[in-house]
Amino acid sequence: MIPVSFDYVRAGSLDEALAALAEHGDEAKILAGGHSLLPLMKLRLATPSLLVDIGALSELSYVRDRGDHIAIGAGTRHHDIQHDATIVASAPLLAAVAGRVGDPQVRHRGTIGGSIAHADPASDLPAAVLALGGSLVARGPAGERVIEATEFFRGFLETALSPEEILIELRVPKGSQGHSYQKFVRRSQDWAIVGAAAVRVDGRVAVSLVNVARTPVRASAVEDALASGASATEAADLAAEGLEPSGDNNATPEFRRHLARVLTRRALEEAGV
Amino acid sequence: MKVTMDVNGAREERDVEPRTLLVFFLRDGLGLTGTNVGCDTTSCGACTVLMNGQSVKSCTVLAAQAEGASITTIEGLARGEELHPMQRAFREHHALQCGYCTPGMVMAAVSLVSENPDLDERGVREGLEGNLCRCTGYHNIVAAVLDVARSARGEAS
Amino acid sequence: MSILGNRVVRREDQKFLTTGGSYVDDLVLPGAAHIVYVRSPMAHARIRSIDTSEALGAPGVVAIFTAADIDLSPMPPGAPFVNREMSRPWLAGSVVRFVGDLVAAVVAETREQAADAAELVIVDYEPLTPVIDPATAEANATFVHESAGTNVALRLPEDLVTVGMMPAEAAQEPPDLFEGCDVIVRQRIVNQRVAPCPLEVRAAASSWEDGRLTHWATSQAPHAVKGELVQLFGVDEDAVRAIAPDVGGGFGAKIGGYPEELFVAWVARRLGRPARWVETRTESMLALGHGRAQIQEAELGGTRDGRILAYRLGVIQDAGAYPAFGAFLPMMTRLMLSGVYDIAKVSFSSCSVATNTNPVVAYRGAGRPEATAALERMVDIFATEIGVDPAEVRRQNLVGNDRFPFTTPTGTTYDIGDYQAALDRVLEAAGYAELREEQRRRRESGDARQLGIGLSSYVEITNGIPGSEFGSVEMLADGKARVRTGTSPHGQGHVTSWAMLVADQLGIAMDDVEVIHGDTDLVPRGVGTFGSKSLQSGGVAVYQAAGQVVEKARRLAADLLEANPNDIELDKERGLFAVAGTPSVTRSWAELAAASGDEGLSAEVDFAAPGATFPFGAHLVVAEVDTETGLVRLARIVAVDDAGRLLNPLIAEGQVHGGLAQGVAQALLEEMIYDEQGNPLTSNLADYAFVSAAELPSFETHPMETPTPLNPLGAKGIGEAGTIGSTPAVQNAVVDALSHLGVRHIDMPTTPLRVWSAIQAARSGR
Repeated sequence: MIPVSFDYVRAGSLDEALAALAEHGDEAKILAGGHSLLPLMKLRLATPSLLVDIGALSELSYVRDRGDHIAIGAGTRHHDIQHDATIVASAPLLAAVAGRVGDPQVRHRGTIGGSIAHADPASDLPAAVLALGGSLVARGPAGERVIEATEFFRGFLETALSPEEILIELRVPKGSQGHSYQKFVRRSQDWAIVGAAAVRVDGRVAVSLVNVARTPVRASAVEDALASGASATEAADLAAEGLEPSGDNNATPEFRRHLARVLTRRALEEAGV
Repeated sequence: MKVTMDVNGAREERDVEPRTLLVFFLRDGLGLTGTNVGCDTTSCGACTVLMNGQSVKSCTVLAAQAEGASITTIEGLARGEELHPMQRAFREHHALQCGYCTPGMVMAAVSLVSENPDLDERGVREGLEGNLCRCTGYHNIVAAVLDVARSARGEAS
Repeated sequence: MSILGNRVVRREDQKFLTTGGSYVDDLVLPGAAHIVYVRSPMAHARIRSIDTSEALGAPGVVAIFTAADIDLSPMPPGAPFVNREMSRPWLAGSVVRFVGDLVAAVVAETREQAADAAELVIVDYEPLTPVIDPATAEANATFVHESAGTNVALRLPEDLVTVGMMPAEAAQEPPDLFEGCDVIVRQRIVNQRVAPCPLEVRAAASSWEDGRLTHWATSQAPHAVKGELVQLFGVDEDAVRAIAPDVGGGFGAKIGGYPEELFVAWVARRLGRPARWVETRTESMLALGHGRAQIQEAELGGTRDGRILAYRLGVIQDAGAYPAFGAFLPMMTRLMLSGVYDIAKVSFSSCSVATNTNPVVAYRGAGRPEATAALERMVDIFATEIGVDPAEVRRQNLVGNDRFPFTTPTGTTYDIGDYQAALDRVLEAAGYAELREEQRRRRESGDARQLGIGLSSYVEITNGIPGSEFGSVEMLADGKARVRTGTSPHGQGHVTSWAMLVADQLGIAMDDVEVIHGDTDLVPRGVGTFGSKSLQSGGVAVYQAAGQVVEKARRLAADLLEANPNDIELDKERGLFAVAGTPSVTRSWAELAAASGDEGLSAEVDFAAPGATFPFGAHLVVAEVDTETGLVRLARIVAVDDAGRLLNPLIAEGQVHGGLAQGVAQALLEEMIYDEQGNPLTSNLADYAFVSAAELPSFETHPMETPTPLNPLGAKGIGEAGTIGSTPAVQNAVVDALSHLGVRHIDMPTTPLRVWSAIQAARSGR
């Protein structure tokens, strides 16, 4: 319940935050909403010696229509994404998924940047970003770079970010003809046992899966089958292709594979495929 | 380190460790023990307060993160002797038994109604997914919140 | 107009809704040192060494205690006639016996410092083979308690015979138990271990002053805690004051004192300063007593047309590492073995075993939900086997109304019931025929979402442990009343309820009745609140005390008015005594209190009910099962419950609601899981599926009132009934949804994995 002691600095600017990271390396962690990090620290599973609080940087919280994509500041809260008119209109999958993260209190605090940088394969938003074919903008000592979502998630809780980089923006393509997020839970506030996100953009269908691997994954066999003319049901049957999901209290690996197929089919149906 | 915030309309400044959670700042630092701790995994919602008008789980916010914020706890909900409609509704509907989840539940419900003008039963149940109660079975809590939601819409309850 | 029987809003709520309750951890206790316990991460291990040197040097540390420091006799045994070699030490001596077992107490100036220092205590463990599966504990060569030479804590009925509570002949299984049965169905049923999860975890605080201890406890029974402390320290009764302030739920798990609670008083005395402790939720999941944990072998036999003739239940009770009340749950199961049915022959046997897990305690229903869950499951299995509607099978076998008081084959005497009416009522309220029709439609269309209808007819025992409860009423100089009750409410609304009873007797306003509870200095004796006993014991005591005060007042008024006491009437509308025929000449309560002089105007009652009472009912659950994913959605929960005459239907309903939620949660969601090494896998509220509002529908409750003749209020208990009835109704509904696929049984909780696996197995003909 009580985190291990740490030092704390409130960054007055992004540069200040970057400087703190550069100085302390992986002994420092960025604190935004804190709803991925603080729960770990309270159980003493994470013990950074310095927290760099970027929560007061309002310049990281925004939603902007940039014509060919929507730009979302990494500090934007899940609640705001869920209700943002631009996102609801032009990237509705993201709004729908943001509305399923945790519970209302969590959504008031958690940020999309925090969720994506934490990269828990059981989280909802990383999979949504992957399905949307989005990209992440990171700023570090060497400047800014854009990382495709497909390159971003490297392993369990591991991303392409270096310890000195801060995620500052998410970019998602505009426009979708249909979307669905099928989150399979026993209790409403739970992490997904398995989840399937589907989105239809300009005839292309993308499907990503939650909690079936060490990262969020695209169901590429499903996508390829659809592109070759398979029906939603036929394609969904391939959802578990190449997957070796883990087992836990809630599901055996076999049950996860089965759920991946069922949820993918339902997601495709709801997305109008 | 010093933290300063507005709590229930009063400016409060205290010395805290960086690791001091907002819930302990309120309980130990300010003596506002109405807000309770019920778990250690951000699951139960007993610690829910309003931060700048929005419900948050104060066990998962550092006091430092609340610097400059406006916090409302259960102690700050009533206006003097006059109970907030949610407090009144909880009492009328017998929406509490042991009372331990109640402050957090009430604050979560106040935030829920303020953000959702068209709440129906499903909306209330899902809206309270982050607030656990062991005593009431939720039935009367849902009735109380729906009552307040309807009144807020100007409907008869 | 009597207020009794009315839906009266609670007086307690003003405080809870504005400043919040005053729970133990809210206490301001200047100078108190904080305790954090070091707990075993191993299920079974020998402690080679404990190194506290680094921890002792940590900031703010005042002291660290291990078993070697303790100058106390062992804790009182957990329950009568459990093997003394299985007693629980204060802190583990040479062996730890479950993950969470207490190893050391770290005391520091602040909570944070104690938590930090606790991590610096280094314990060297030598792993021992853990005994985890209760099914193999009896035969296991490894003993949880080496010196006990066995893992068996209690065997029924043998041990009842041994201690003379049962004649040997009665312990024999009836010869030819299943003679005459056309059909016998058998099923192994798991009534899984659950965690009570009160929203408030345990806390304790102790302060000694001039040799007198004041101890605050999150307890359902402060007088019992006082007794434990008196015995522990060998002091006089008046040297200890135990206080249960507001308590955030107990459900049976917070009755007696746990070592980590009582030890706070020892620390305070040793250090000469107050001490306090509060656990984390994770600790509470590990070490607050668990519930249920029975493996059941059930056999039920009857005729082809539905008459049940015989029933046998064998139970393996997991009692945990230090068998206490948990070992006794099968006794309660045995008491309620045959439920609402008239079954000619029954047989029961149980073996309670120690395992390297957290001890099991009483949890909402304490042995009776286990009885009902097994029986109601077997009735459904029987009904499916013979192809008769499960409502019809129940109807055929219910004990008729003319049979009360009814003594069951296990010797339990039910006071009064109307089981047929409860069943009829629930079927009607649910629209049974329409539900079956909807089920048929979905089966025919092969709908992915199938409908299941689950029934449960139940009866349960309340106030079953002999004893009395204390209540007193005292008139104050201003004409108000002060009530002291031995009950210890923690959500049950006794302040409002007892105020109703007393106000009704005295003819004064409810708000003029003060109710005191939970403090052994203010209430001379008491039993506490558990077992659904308070209204029918403590409530009656208070009611009778008020009645006695009225009689004393009547005699006093007679003196003052120079009349015959028989001619004195109490006008309850105005709260005034007058001589019949001259209503304008009155004496008020204030005047009578003043006139009563040194003797005062008061009465004390220790009410001992002549016997237990037996609330009953019938529940029906409609479950929608997604056959593709195994997910179960509870569509409707319909509950008919009869707890005798209801004093405050608003409060009674709230008790049913809470009971339903917990019962449903066991069937659908919750399970406390240990792996084969004894590591708990569900040790926080994220992993343990504590039910939320989103998983439940609103309840459809239909109270019945068949007053009991056993007390003047006609009241039975209601706190646990909802839990007892609802669990099997849910489980039966889930199985019923899939019975057309050949699914016959699914163990609780009916998780998607279990449901889906059952469907796969049935489809492939296994």
